[in-house]
Amino acid sequence: MMRLLMILRVALKALNRNKMRTALTMLGMIIGVAAVIAMIALGKGAQASIEDQIRSAGTNIINVMAGNFMAMGVRQGSGASNTLTPEDAAAIRNQIPTAQYVAAGVSTRNQIIAGHQNWQTRIQGTDVDLPLMRSWPMKYGLFFTPQDVTTAAKVVVLGAVVSTNLFGEETDPTGQIVRIKNQPFKVIGVLASKGAGTGFEDQDDTAMVPYTTAQKKLMGIQHIQNVTISASSAHEVKATAEAIAQLLRTRHKIMDGNNDDFMVRTMEEMAAMRTETTKTMTALLAGIAGVSLLVGGIGIMNIMLVSVTERTREIGLRMAIGARGSDVLTQFLVEAVVLSLFGGSIGIALGFGISWGVTEFLTWPTTISSEAVLLSFGFSAIIGIFFGFYPATKAAKLDPIEALRFE
Amino acid sequence: MPVISVRNLRKTYVVGDIQVHALRGVDLDVEAGEFLSVTGPSGSGKSTFMHILGCLDRPTSGQYVLDGQDVSMMSRDALAKVRNHRIGFVFQGFNLLSRTSAIENVELPLLYSRDHIRGADRHARARAALEIVGLLDRSHHHPNQLSGGQQQRVAIARALINNPSILLADEPTGNLDTRTSVEVMDVFQRLNIERGITILLITHEHDIAQYGTRTVAFRDGHIVSDAPNTQRRWAEVEMAALPPLDPSNGGTTNQAAAG
Ligand SMILES: Nc1ncnc2c1ncn2[C@@H]1O[C@H](COP(=O)(O)OP(=O)(O)O)[C@@H](O)[C@H]1O
Ligand SMILES: [Mg+2]
Repeated sequence: MMRLLMILRVALKALNRNKMRTALTMLGMIIGVAAVIAMIALGKGAQASIEDQIRSAGTNIINVMAGNFMAMGVRQGSGASNTLTPEDAAAIRNQIPTAQYVAAGVSTRNQIIAGHQNWQTRIQGTDVDLPLMRSWPMKYGLFFTPQDVTTAAKVVVLGAVVSTNLFGEETDPTGQIVRIKNQPFKVIGVLASKGAGTGFEDQDDTAMVPYTTAQKKLMGIQHIQNVTISASSAHEVKATAEAIAQLLRTRHKIMDGNNDDFMVRTMEEMAAMRTETTKTMTALLAGIAGVSLLVGGIGIMNIMLVSVTERTREIGLRMAIGARGSDVLTQFLVEAVVLSLFGGSIGIALGFGISWGVTEFLTWPTTISSEAVLLSFGFSAIIGIFFGFYPATKAAKLDPIEALRFE
Repeated sequence: MPVISVRNLRKTYVVGDIQVHALRGVDLDVEAGEFLSVTGPSGSGKSTFMHILGCLDRPTSGQYVLDGQDVSMMSRDALAKVRNHRIGFVFQGFNLLSRTSAIENVELPLLYSRDHIRGADRHARARAALEIVGLLDRSHHHPNQLSGGQQQRVAIARALINNPSILLADEPTGNLDTRTSVEVMDVFQRLNIERGITILLITHEHDIAQYGTRTVAFRDGHIVSDAPNTQRRWAEVEMAALPPLDPSNGGTTNQAAAG
């Protein structure tokens, strides 16, 4: 212990002697570790926000999507098939008792113009059940009525973000006229804010119209793209999803063994899918960041090699007065590890800073995990040992007399 | 029993296709308490011989018995231990660590001691060694703040720190002027007489050789003469006779050291 303390002092002294070089070498480690920490924080944050989103959307929710991208053979995108109809939605509502709320849906992106302001957003064509199943209250006005759906009325309910961008904050826009695809729509309500928090898809950045209106006035289609259903209780979700699938297979005359032309997913399944994707992304980003950590390690090796060459005479002297090869090895290893751990620690701090900044200024969610910190710290130590080992062995193998004679 | 006993010692360097025979069969016995001057022209093998005696190098063949123990074929680590505990080595170029205080330079061998020595003890021993060479008041100076003579005395203090019974010096006055050389030789003579340390000192100057008790001369890797000094010089006497300059300061600053 005493001995290690003394070796540590020698190492600190050696590193202190060449401050600029030490700082630059550490910079490699700092950037590498900070990148790893920030990337993992971003990934974990995205994961957490997805879980949040699912929770706020309601766990009882089941989605039916037109098309089936899981089917072998023809690869269709989700919503690409036009076999899902409003009648399917009605059938689900009427024939499946545990389907408490049912909303047919289509979705498109369009610009909404109000006076001189305009805003590009996702326009959801949906049904009156949607705010009920998602427990989504109104801030101003009212949601559209069954009558609006039947008559394909040109009415729109704005999300909080859209309302703010078109009419300003704390302004009640109900009764105003906006233009979508060059047609006048009457604003009848504004949804309460669900809070951004999601990072990738702001739930408040949306506008809702009756699905019939979207079909006829905005998209010119007969079919629908999805049906959102809410089961009457959490235990009913699985059975309800299965019943819906059976019903649609019958209605679409799909034989046993043939591929469905739709997909039924519970919220839980979708969450699992998206979490999986995010995990892969996180691993990928962390991997890329890891490469810079590796480069930092090579920087340490490089500088340790230079240091060994520069200090050949010093090494020779230390050996001449009794240092063993192992003493010299330890000294240089400790120096490398001090470099990497010091750089790593600063990198961790910087990683925290970056994550904080990303959340603060870009409003992307980040989560710093203790695993990421421990992982980076351990990795730094391993990098120090790994990349310090070769230079240290080189130093330890020197012959005292030849080293002393080195110019 | 001699402290150093060397028989038919040979060292051959191979440089490319050429074999350089630095030592061609050297026999020598050195008794405890002797002050042996080693002379000879440049390239005669003095340094090679001294490095082997100092366990810094190993002979190609032959036998080297140190304190009754054959060290010629010891392992690297065992040799390191001998260098640390039993032999003090003084180089022509001082080899002090720069940007490191005199006292820390002197303490350095204790860092590699196989016994565990506490910090306070290390310090006390380093101070004692600096006192022997008369540099206690300079213990916190860095090498570049010391004259050549002072640097060499720090190097001697470093060689003394582990109480070795043998001190080897390879042209310790080679980089020093006459006056400073006398000061350094005084240190060696006092260590030899007051502490009974056996000293082997290389010099190519006949004058310096006269400070020892006995002189051996090398030529072409052989010892060609070996005789006691009849007219021994005494540094202490000569120093008293010299016109006083600055008493603690010796000579010009010389070549910078390793580190
Ligand atoms: N490392 C070495 N490689 C090759 N030849 C060497 C080496 N060291 C010394 N020599 C040769 O060995 C001979 C003796 O050298 P050295 O012992 O240094 O002599 P001295 O100290 O008496 O001047 C010289 O010819 C020298 O060139
Ligand atoms: Mg020589």
